[in-house]
Amino acid sequence: MATEWRLELVLDIRFESCAMRLELDSRARALAIVGPSGAGKSTFLRALAGLERRARGRIVAAGAVWQDDACHIHVPAWQRRVGWVPQDALLFPHLDVRRNLGYAHPDVGEVQSMAEWLEIAPLLARRPRRLSGGERQRVALGRALLSRPRLLLLDEPFAALDRPLRGRVAARLASFCAERDIRLALVSHYEEDVATLADETWMLAGGRLVPLQAQSVAGGEQPRGLAAQTRNAACPALASRTRTEP
Amino acid sequence: MSPADPASAIRLSLQVGLWCAVLGLPAALALGWLLARRSFPGKALLGTAVLSPLVLPPVVTGFLLLELLGRRGLIGRALEVAGIHVPFTFAAAVLAAMVMGMPLYVFAIRTVFEALDPRYEEVSWTLGVPPRRTFLRVTLPLLLPGIGAGATLAFARALGEFGATAVLAGNVEGRTRTIALAVYTLLGAPDGARATRWLVLGSLALSCGSLAAYEALSRWQRRRLELRHGD
Repeated sequence: MATEWRLELVLDIRFESCAMRLELDSRARALAIVGPSGAGKSTFLRALAGLERRARGRIVAAGAVWQDDACHIHVPAWQRRVGWVPQDALLFPHLDVRRNLGYAHPDVGEVQSMAEWLEIAPLLARRPRRLSGGERQRVALGRALLSRPRLLLLDEPFAALDRPLRGRVAARLASFCAERDIRLALVSHYEEDVATLADETWMLAGGRLVPLQAQSVAGGEQPRGLAAQTRNAACPALASRTRTEP
Repeated sequence: MSPADPASAIRLSLQVGLWCAVLGLPAALALGWLLARRSFPGKALLGTAVLSPLVLPPVVTGFLLLELLGRRGLIGRALEVAGIHVPFTFAAAVLAAMVMGMPLYVFAIRTVFEALDPRYEEVSWTLGVPPRRTFLRVTLPLLLPGIGAGATLAFARALGEFGATAVLAGNVEGRTRTIALAVYTLLGAPDGARATRWLVLGSLALSCGSLAAYEALSRWQRRRLELRHGD
């Protein structure tokens, strides 16, 4: 039976030249964060994962307090059951694809089915440096899914995939997450990914999170306008430190 | 002074170098990690202290070590009570060479820690693997060639060590007379030319071999982290 899911957070993140105050309360199964480059979308995902030391405040997921600085609570990343898929995949370079996939749970059967599911089965013996960008992203996705996460954090997960493959993987991912009751937080510049995966969309710009209508994002009208309006509000400190954000 | 035996000096140098590489590893790892990854008050001071044997005259370093470890030294007094006497022993030769090689050892390991993207470790944490196991499964295997390169540098530095060893360990045949000390001894001996030549050849071979190994390990480290020249 699906557990009652609710993600609540109030976070202050201070950088040398700017600050963010993120407030969010969502019951969505899949949440998309859109916004201009350098707005802090990747930082938001890192804060959810418990990796952003500068984030101060409170995060509650499905009733469990992950962070509450007022009470000195900080559940470490390895206890949150979040699967983080960074934009540049960050596959472990000393492990082949098979061992990357099975890093958290080296179950041979599960690794094989995941590889087939992501269309990377012929690559199992390869080292990451011999993979294309799209192949790396799929391996990173499979590695995160095989860690049996409660919340999957996807940072531009399909940016390097061609359009037909992106559609197939996104559709499969949506049904996989629905079957296993995995919640999603997605950062993407691709409206199709947002439309396929997310049932709630928030705009992050000027250091604030603002809820948007999912349909508007899919239609592409409002976010484009908003993104254009808020482009200059991006935090320069974030733009320079988020190495891979396009 | 007894004549120096080249074979014994080479064997002793190899032993000193290997012990330096092995015994210095925990300290070099800890210091390299601290200096690369952590911010704390006194970090600059620690960095300076680690590097100081590089710029201090080796004889001065040896003198300071002798002050610490001698019968009346801060540590030496406590060791004497326990029945341990360090100066003018093989252990003293290892210790002197280890202190002199530590800056290079730490520098090499600090460099590889700085080259490693900490997000690899963060990914591992989010996959449910806590830091200690992440260190064993991700950090250490990724940095192994670089750590090996650091150990090789420390080994090579130990082969060339002279001043600090002479002060702390003396020049005792078969116990502390390493290659450098043996060459120094033979320079004053009337029939030492042939033995000196052997020692010089041995020294050249060992040094060049160590540096070649260092270069190969450094290249392997760059490949492992998927870095290219200029990255």
